[in-house]
Amino acid sequence: MARQEKKKDVVIVGLGWTGSIAGIELAREGLDVLALERGHDQATVPDFKYPNQIDELKYGVRLKMMQKPSQQTLTVRRNAGETALPYRALGSFLPGNGVGGAGTHWNGLNWRPQPEELRLRSYVTENWGEEIIPEGMDLGDYPVTYDELEPFFTYFEKVAGIAGKAGNLNGQIQEGGNPFEGWRSEDYPMPPQKTTYDSAKFREACLAAGYHPFQAPAGIASTAYVNPYGMQMGPCNYCGFCERFGCYQYSKSSPQTTILDALKMMPNFEYRTESEVLRVEMAADGKTATGVTYWDEKAQEEVFQPADIVILSSYQLNNVHLMMLSGLGEIYNPLTGTGTLGKNYAYQMNGGVSMFFKDAEFNPFVGHGANGVAIDDFSVNQNDFGALGFIGGSYWRSGTFNGQPIRNMPLPRGTPSWGAGWKKGVGEWYGHAMSIGSHGSHMAYRNNHLDLDPTYTDRHGRPMMRMTFDWQDNDLRMNEYMKSQMEPLAASMNPDIMQSGFKGIGAHYDVRPYQTTHNTGGHSMSEAPQDGVVNKYSQTWKAHNVFAMGAGNFVQNTQYNPTGLLGGLAYHTVNAIRTQYLSNPRPLV
Amino acid sequence: MSHHPKYPNRRGFLKASAAGVALSGIASAATAQDAMPLPALEDYSPAYLKAEEWAFVMAATARLIPSEGDGPGALEARVPVFIDLQLAGDYGTADDWYMEGPHDANADFQLGWQSPLSPAQIYRAAIPAFDTWCTETYGVAFVRLDAAQQDEALTALQAGDVALDAELRDFFTILLANTKEGYFADPMYGGNHQMQAWSYIGFPGARAAYREWPERHNIKYPLGPVSINGERA
Repeated sequence: MARQEKKKDVVIVGLGWTGSIAGIELAREGLDVLALERGHDQATVPDFKYPNQIDELKYGVRLKMMQKPSQQTLTVRRNAGETALPYRALGSFLPGNGVGGAGTHWNGLNWRPQPEELRLRSYVTENWGEEIIPEGMDLGDYPVTYDELEPFFTYFEKVAGIAGKAGNLNGQIQEGGNPFEGWRSEDYPMPPQKTTYDSAKFREACLAAGYHPFQAPAGIASTAYVNPYGMQMGPCNYCGFCERFGCYQYSKSSPQTTILDALKMMPNFEYRTESEVLRVEMAADGKTATGVTYWDEKAQEEVFQPADIVILSSYQLNNVHLMMLSGLGEIYNPLTGTGTLGKNYAYQMNGGVSMFFKDAEFNPFVGHGANGVAIDDFSVNQNDFGALGFIGGSYWRSGTFNGQPIRNMPLPRGTPSWGAGWKKGVGEWYGHAMSIGSHGSHMAYRNNHLDLDPTYTDRHGRPMMRMTFDWQDNDLRMNEYMKSQMEPLAASMNPDIMQSGFKGIGAHYDVRPYQTTHNTGGHSMSEAPQDGVVNKYSQTWKAHNVFAMGAGNFVQNTQYNPTGLLGGLAYHTVNAIRTQYLSNPRPLV
Repeated sequence: MSHHPKYPNRRGFLKASAAGVALSGIASAATAQDAMPLPALEDYSPAYLKAEEWAFVMAATARLIPSEGDGPGALEARVPVFIDLQLAGDYGTADDWYMEGPHDANADFQLGWQSPLSPAQIYRAAIPAFDTWCTETYGVAFVRLDAAQQDEALTALQAGDVALDAELRDFFTILLANTKEGYFADPMYGGNHQMQAWSYIGFPGARAAYREWPERHNIKYPLGPVSINGERA
């Protein structure tokens, strides 16, 4: 018999970026808000303090900030003919764990999507016709436009404290910014970051080639800053420990540095850690939820938490899994085309070129996760899809980050992987290599999807989620195009040695090497209930008092890191709850 | 150990200080390696590895990162101590990993770790299996081979030419990864002794404060490493 707790107005599942945004905005409305967090509590002090956080083995390699597969994981197969097996040890993607979620250990790369990416199907059909859309690709429009989201992108950037230079202010192109970005109503809240040596070389090469370089936007403070919630950030000291680490000096944008301390001071907000939500409970009529049941790790018992509004804001994979276990939608079946939950799963298509300069000193440990100069000359709105034979694009970036030697030891191809040759290689090349990365879009496909595994269960006895995912030719062709364009640019910089790392046609998904924690879709947004799981306000079509936030809302993935888009969508959602839903709870579409 | 002249190290400070004796307890963390000499590798008592496993790890890591040439080898960096302590800890027992069955140890490599065994169990089972192969091939166990034969045997192991049960097939991969981890991890984990590997490549360790450095282009950072416990090299 589950313990029952006192009813709350709002229960939030997962206290990362979107949970913290929902928490503070709804608590400011005067609602009684409870956040349930599966993991442990963690704060800048004492959890991320210097020097303990500066530990590559513990956090970078043993991944002690991440979700433990022993606690929660999923199974993976590349196609319907393969037997899915558990993702037993983390590799390809790293879901976070604990308060702050992935917002604690990210790199701080904060981008808005291009307006065209949010209406990609229309953009493609208007310019090239429906016939260029490959068989099996589920190309869609988001049910919300860039113009509608613009104020919410701006507000999220103010809260998160993003450093950058506008390239398009109300339609006016700005010198030094990204000329291909969507319009912004205001410049970034902080000036852009400094340029390291590798970025400077890249900028010079880009200018010579006629491209349009700009300092990458960074969720890394460039100055002292106070955000709209009164949270204070201090300028980054380029310690180099961003990705996989908590920031020890209040410089990296995270729920901890930008929201949580303000939120925790509010008497109508409460959070409980080590409280893993097992399912959303539905009312007898099946049209609303009554609350959630969670596992209280400390008490070792199930607890029913009644609430009027349920906000699902855990990591994308966990949100989708929880919705499947709760009946919050019909699970997608690619054979019959029925169901939408688990559909539109997408990832990211990345590649890059490494360059070795034996006489250059790059000091790769000096940097931050969003360091670098970027270009958008090969981005979605710059590519002629009809002529190029693919739909998509990428942004390119060069800048040292995370230059710690266990994980980041680029060596010229042909260097032995061990022995005297390896030792000579690390002595010769550490600090003398730089790279350019291509960070590319990933479309949604009929064959890439999520459902429940028939064999494996989690520690609560629930079926695990199953991922069916492999690379598709459209995105691989995009990657090959980027390679063909990036290699000449890299060569123009006259490195002593250069080498490319781009997946090509025929590549299959490999769960072992880290790729990116940009898992998207699965509870995607749609104009109509038959096409998705939530409406434009992240409100589930199934139950109007359940809202599902985060990158699970994506229709297909953009070419950028997802945080800027999911932050904007989260503010758009809570604004709709505040201004439209609370006064009259109902389906908003 | 060298240190930057502008930054007197802790030991120098204590030598020059009348309070040195009284402070020595506090300073011990910062100068642990000076104050309490570690046992020679030969005298180290492994926490997990049995005697013959320890001998194998000593011999194998000495080939994976040999002592000859510039920079420390795995033995100078005390990599075997690191590996032993890791295997004795929650990495060795795969505490964070999902280890429930059913297992398909023959699955495509791209589907990741599918062995039912933890890393510590793999070392335990794979070392004798590899030694059996060495004995069949060369007439003696790995530790008795000369350096060239050891390199040849490790090359065969890496290439998959040593027939191991599927559940042991990741042995070389983790042995090599653990060796490099022990070379470059903070010295508090037992390897990277006196931060020799960091000094060799020019990584400043836990300094983690470079505010004035992003715009100093093409200038080599001059300071040597510090460790999490405050040692300097």
